[in-house]
Amino acid sequence: MKGLQTIMGLLTAIVCVVVLRVEAQSPKGKYGNLALTNATIETVTKGTIQNGTVLIVDGKIAAVGTNVSVPTGTEIIDCKGQFIYPGMIDAGTNLGLNEISAVARTTDFNEIGDVIPQMKALTAVNPNASAIPVTRISGVTTALSFPTGGMLPGTAALINLHGYTPDQMYAGFEGIVLTFPNTGRRGFFDRRTDEEIKKASEKALASLNDVWEKATQYHKLDSATKGKAGYYPELQAMVPVIRGEQTLLVEVNASKDIQAALKWLKEKKVKKSILTGVAEGWRVADEIAKSGIPVITGGVLELPSREYDRYDKAYANPGLLKKAGVKVAIKSESGNNNYRNLPYHAGFAVAYGMNKEDALKSITIIPAELLGVSNKLGSIEVGKSATLFICNGDPFETKTQVSHVFIEGWNIPMVSRQTELYDEFLKREPGVKKN
Amino acid sequence: MKKIFVLLFSSFILVGATAQSDKGSLLIKNGTVITITKGNLEQTDVLIRDGKIIQISKNIAAPAGVKIIDATGQFVMPGIIDAHSHIALDAINEATSPVTAEVAEADVIDPLDIAIYRALGGGITTVHAMHGSANAIGGQCETLKMRYGTFDPEVLKMEAAPRTIKFALGENPTRVHGEGNNIVPRTRMGVEFVIRQAFSEAKEYAEKWSQYNKSKLIKGFRGAPPAYSYRHEVLSDILNDKIIVHCHSYRADEIYMMLKVCKDFGIKRIVFQHVNEGFKVAPELAAQGAMASVFSDWWAYKFEVYYSTAYNAAILSKNGVVTSINSDDGEMMRHLYHEAGKTQKYGGLSDEEALALITINPAKQLGIESRVGSLEVGKEADIVIFKNHPLSIYGVPMLTIVDGVVRFDREKDPDDMRLVVDPKQAIETATFRDKLSDQDHCMEGAEFILDSELFNTNKK
Repeated sequence: MKGLQTIMGLLTAIVCVVVLRVEAQSPKGKYGNLALTNATIETVTKGTIQNGTVLIVDGKIAAVGTNVSVPTGTEIIDCKGQFIYPGMIDAGTNLGLNEISAVARTTDFNEIGDVIPQMKALTAVNPNASAIPVTRISGVTTALSFPTGGMLPGTAALINLHGYTPDQMYAGFEGIVLTFPNTGRRGFFDRRTDEEIKKASEKALASLNDVWEKATQYHKLDSATKGKAGYYPELQAMVPVIRGEQTLLVEVNASKDIQAALKWLKEKKVKKSILTGVAEGWRVADEIAKSGIPVITGGVLELPSREYDRYDKAYANPGLLKKAGVKVAIKSESGNNNYRNLPYHAGFAVAYGMNKEDALKSITIIPAELLGVSNKLGSIEVGKSATLFICNGDPFETKTQVSHVFIEGWNIPMVSRQTELYDEFLKREPGVKKN
Repeated sequence: MKKIFVLLFSSFILVGATAQSDKGSLLIKNGTVITITKGNLEQTDVLIRDGKIIQISKNIAAPAGVKIIDATGQFVMPGIIDAHSHIALDAINEATSPVTAEVAEADVIDPLDIAIYRALGGGITTVHAMHGSANAIGGQCETLKMRYGTFDPEVLKMEAAPRTIKFALGENPTRVHGEGNNIVPRTRMGVEFVIRQAFSEAKEYAEKWSQYNKSKLIKGFRGAPPAYSYRHEVLSDILNDKIIVHCHSYRADEIYMMLKVCKDFGIKRIVFQHVNEGFKVAPELAAQGAMASVFSDWWAYKFEVYYSTAYNAAILSKNGVVTSINSDDGEMMRHLYHEAGKTQKYGGLSDEEALALITINPAKQLGIESRVGSLEVGKEADIVIFKNHPLSIYGVPMLTIVDGVVRFDREKDPDDMRLVVDPKQAIETATFRDKLSDQDHCMEGAEFILDSELFNTNKK
C-alpha cells in the first residue's frame, strides 16, 4: 500500500513536471480548420450577420452566414455574445523597423541618403520585434511598414503581423515613399525661419523634379534597350512608378503642400498615388476630392497644426475629408510603437463627426483596396484570407477585449511581453518580504 | 467718438473685472453626476455659488440670477487633473547643474498659451506645470488652474496649493550632465550620490542656521550669520515635508533607490512620475505610501521604457498604490479620460477606479484633494460636462467649468481662441509633430547640450 502511494506520488510529481514544462513554453500560433459559431459578424462589405458562423478552411474563409454546415470533426469556437471583425490594417507604421526609437542601433527605418527608393523596408522587418505581438493581440493584424527620413527614403511594405521571415509576413503590397517638399515645421525644436523653410522646400522640389526627369529618361532608355540601360538602382526603383505599375505614397501635410503635391502629380501624370498624413486635408478637402487621389490620414490623435485653428480639427479631419468625397483610410502613426491604438484613432474620428461605418471601413476594406489587397483582406467574405479577430463589443470602445486573433488562418497566441509582465507582477512573489 | 471711447473704456473694465472675479455661480440641471467619491447620481442637479459647489441633489430651484445649464442626458464629472504637464510655461529646464532646487516655474508662467484652452477642450481644469527632467534635482513646479482668458500669470496659479519640486532619475540627468557636460552623474550610482549629497549639505546648512538662531539670542553674541542659500532653503523644506517631491523615474532599480533615500532622510511625501517599471516594485511603493503618476501605454521610445506594460496602472492600483494617469504632453492631455479608459482594457479596472486615476488620485498627489478631484458640497466648482460617458471612446467634453466659470463651450466658442495675435507670426506656417519620436517637453531647453539627432528621437 505504502509502495503504491509512493508510486502515485512519483507519478503525480512527473505529471506536474511535464505540465509545468508545457506551461513554461512560449505559446505558438496554431493552424487548422475552425468554425466560429453564434457570432455577430461585421462583414464590413456585406452588412452585419446575427448569430452567424465563419468557417475557416486552409487559412481562408470558406463560408460565412447563418446557414453554414460545419464539417464533422471541425474544431468549434462558440462565439456567443461575441463579435467577429476583419483584421484591422494600419497603413502607417514602422513595425519591424523600430525597436527602441532613441537607440539608433535598434532602428532600421532611416538609411543614409535623400534619394534611395531602392531601400526596401521588407528586407529589414524583424519578424520578432517586440511590438508585433503587442500590436496584433489588439486586432491590428496587418501593417504598412514605412521607411522614413529623406525625400525618397525607400520602399514601404505591407506585412501581416505573424510569420518568422519577412516573406512569410509579406501581405502583397510594396510602394515607393515620397516625402513631398514640406513647408511645415517639424515640431517645437524646429527653429528655422520662415524664409529658411521656404528655401529648403524650393530646393527639395527642384531636386525632386530632377530625380523624376532622370527616372523618366531611364525608363525610356530601359524600354529602348530592353532592360540594358545599366545599373542605376535609384532610377530603376522609380521606373515602376513612372510606368504606372507601382504606387507612389506621397507624405504631405500642410495645405499648400497638399495643393503643390496635387499639381505635381497631375503635371507628372503619376498614375498610381496615395496621399499620406494629410493633416491639413480638411482645409483643401474639395481639391483633394476633385483630384480623385485617395488618402491615408492620421494619426487622428494630434494637435491642430496652427494656433488659430479650432481645437478639434485633427480629430475632425477624417470626417471632413470623407464628407468632401475623398476616399479615406485612417492610420495611427502615433510613434512609441503604439499601433495597437489604431481603433481609437478611428473612434475619435467618429466622436468628432465621422460616420461610424465609414470609420470602420477606413481601417479595414479601404486600406485593403488602396493597397490592392482587397481580394484577400479587409472584410469577412468567402474566399478571403482568414485574417480576423473576435471581441466582446465595439472594437472602437476602449474597454472592449479582443479574445482571439487569426492571421491567414493562424490562431495567434494572445500574449505579448506586456501581458507576460502583467501575469508575473500583478501579485508579485515574493512581495516586500522575501523570507 | 466719445461713445466709442466710453465703449472701449468700459470693455477694459469688463476684461479687468473677469481677471479678478473669476468665481461664478451656475446651476447644472438634470445630468448623471459622477461624484467619484460618492457614486453616480442620476438626473441630479449641481448648484454652484461663487465658485464653490453648495448643493448636489434632485430638483434644485434656481436662485434668482443664476444661469442654468441643462445637462439632460449628459455626464457631469469633476474637472480632470493632469499631474504632469509642461503647458503654459516659458521655460522648462534650467539644465545648468545637476541640482537647481532654487529655480521655480512660478516665475515663467505664460497665461496666453493656447495649450490652456486646448486642455479645457479635453476637460482639464488643473495641471501640475512641471520643471523638466534634465537635472537630478530640478526646479520647483506650480499647480495651475485653467482660467484661460486672463493675462495675469498670478491668476492661473491655484491659490495656496502645496509646493512641489521635480526630481529626475535615470537616462535624462545622466545624458545631460554625464554625457553632455562630463560631470557627475553619468550613471544611476551618480544620480543617487548627487541627491544624497544635496540633502546632506542641506541638513548641515539647516543645522548651522539653527545654531546661529539659537546663539544670537544669547546676550553678547557677536558671530556672523551663515551664508544664505536659497537652494539649501528649498532642500531643507523638502526634508521638513513642506514640499512634495515629484520624481521622474522609469526603472524599478532607481525607484527603489529613491525610496531608500526618502527613508534615510525622513521624506514622507513622494510621487513617482512616469514610473514605467513601478509595477515591478508596487509592494515596496505601497508599503512606503509613495504614489505613482503614469502613462497609460507609452513605451519603447527609449531603452529605460523598453520593458513597460500598459497594465502598469492596474497593477499599481491593485497593489494599493495611489495612482494617476498623466499626459506630459499637450496632445494627450486632451484625452486623459480615454487614457484612463485603457485601464479597463489593460487590467479591468471599474469605472470608478478608472476615473479616480484622473480626478481624486492626482488631486491627492498634488495635495489638493480637499478642494478638487470630486463633486462634493464645499469643493471648488471645477466641472466638465460630457456628451456620452467619459470612459467611452465617443465621450466628448462639451463644457468645462473652472471655479463656476465656463471656460470652454464646444457649441459656442469660436474657432480661433488665441488671446493675442503675434503680428510677426506667419499665418501660413503649420507645425507637425515628428511622429517617430515621443512628444513631451520634458527635455525642452536642454537640447543645446545634446547631439541634435539623439535629441530628435528622445526628448523625454
